Amino acid sequence: MTRRSLAHLFLMPLALLFVAPLVWMALTAFMPDADINTYPPKLWPEHFTLDGFRRIFTEDDYPLWLANTMIVAGAAVLGHVVLCSLAGYGFARIEFRGRGVAFAAVMATIMVPTQVLMIPTFLLFKNMGLIDTLGAAIVPWLASAFGVFLMRQFFLSLPKELEEAAVIDGCSPLGVFFRVVLPLARPALATLVVFTLLGAWNDLIWPLIAISSESGYTLQLGLATFAGARHTEWSALMAGNVVAVLPLVLAFILAQRHFVATMSFSGLKG
Amino acid sequence: MTAPTMSGAARVSAPPARRSRLVPQLTGWGFVFPATLVIVGLSLFPAVWALLLSLRDGDLLTGGDFVGLANYRDMLGDAELAASAGHTLLYTVLFVPGSVVLGLALALALNLKIRLIGFYRTCFFVPYVVSAAATGILSNFVFDPDFGIVNAGLKALGLPAMGFLQDPDQAMLTLVAISLWGGVGMPAVVYLAALQDIPRELIEAARVDGGAGRHVLRHVVLPQLRPATVFLLIWQTITALQLFDLVYTTTKGQPLDSTTTIVFYLYRQAFQLFHSGYGTAIAYVLFIVTLAVSGAVLWRGAK
Repeated sequence: MTRRSLAHLFLMPLALLFVAPLVWMALTAFMPDADINTYPPKLWPEHFTLDGFRRIFTEDDYPLWLANTMIVAGAAVLGHVVLCSLAGYGFARIEFRGRGVAFAAVMATIMVPTQVLMIPTFLLFKNMGLIDTLGAAIVPWLASAFGVFLMRQFFLSLPKELEEAAVIDGCSPLGVFFRVVLPLARPALATLVVFTLLGAWNDLIWPLIAISSESGYTLQLGLATFAGARHTEWSALMAGNVVAVLPLVLAFILAQRHFVATMSFSGLKG
Repeated sequence: MTAPTMSGAARVSAPPARRSRLVPQLTGWGFVFPATLVIVGLSLFPAVWALLLSLRDGDLLTGGDFVGLANYRDMLGDAELAASAGHTLLYTVLFVPGSVVLGLALALALNLKIRLIGFYRTCFFVPYVVSAAATGILSNFVFDPDFGIVNAGLKALGLPAMGFLQDPDQAMLTLVAISLWGGVGMPAVVYLAALQDIPRELIEAARVDGGAGRHVLRHVVLPQLRPATVFLLIWQTITALQLFDLVYTTTKGQPLDSTTTIVFYLYRQAFQLFHSGYGTAIAYVLFIVTLAVSGAVLWRGAK
């Protein structure tokens, strides 16, 4: 038997095992509750219905939670793209006093786990009047050491000649950055966008702490609460899951060809 | 940011020799300052604050009184904390090697030039993007002891039904299985990237010298993957020690507290019982343990 057919023999059943729960989740979202609550469970919906989706969008604050999540994730992605690429470029290419110390301070924060920061950040935001506002959910996501590191590594890997040519043509540092460097950084930015989207969209513990009014919930927080209160309405729960998961699955599939390449140059693999 | 304006002002006031030093300074800081402020301001400053909080008996509303190391001393006699640490340890020793070994096996297979490779990669990575909240709901559904599909499958095979998340002896193991499902995509992608970086000549040379597949793997491929392995061991250990979301969305620490992890216990202490001083002390000990474990892995990996 060849190595290739052995690989298929190993990968095929495992791959099906990995996607089966998600496929079933999507199918369940289209089943009426009466069909779901049978034993043994049905694998294929006999009566297709959009009732689960109708329920989540008309009852509860689900549309609000979705909108809150889109705002938080959108702000997180925008913040990361702008702040981390600016900082990554500054650390990679511009020499200035204090650069080493500032970069070391940013990198040092990677070691501090969020659990240590949760309580003081909660108190800090409470003093600033941010608790129970979307701002509390957004601010910690505006930039990250990982993002700065990723962008810096990418800019270090670019040849300097293009930038030097632009400077000779009279381009300002910001002009070089926006017109020359940033358009070249698309693969790194795609990775940054997906990782930030993933983190901000899926975050649970921080919104759980920072947001207490139900109308201010994010999708994940709403889902977790919804699941506890309505645990028998499986079609609505699964519909909620599908809506919560789909944007990220699409983003990942769109950006996936950039991943392995970005992992290589960022030195993430060592 | 105001970097261009600042450099414009400097141009007017400073003599040429000074200007040439000041402009790059301000430009550089203009580029890095906003991100640095957010990252350092929301990390190093609260980290120091947390250390001070851990020396007080605060309750999230008031700072409380200075109690010195009393919170740290209390941890020594806290049986629930010890039990939570035990559950976290069990989870960590199963999840970390499990995810790294399975990730390596997947990456080795995915690195071959075979058909359907894109489909396979997507299958293994997609669960990684599914949030813990969605995974939790799905898990409760799939592993329900009474009408879940897994028990239906076991019954069809003539095997006895299991309690899974509702059985104190199985709940943590079930969480490990769910985490492997959701978490193996990350090591697989990291190993895949590392594998594609190994110089082809190295493997071909080993083959020409008569090395069998197993020996090439052991003496050529695995040593080349060592930096990736060290990174993954640290990364997955940190992830495992911080397990919270999946517990919150499945068992809430039950049954019989068998799935209460350190971070879940910390959350309960700080944000439900309002023992914020005690909570930060637990967080600090977790921080130190994480650093120690990462240091040990790095030190062993460097040898």
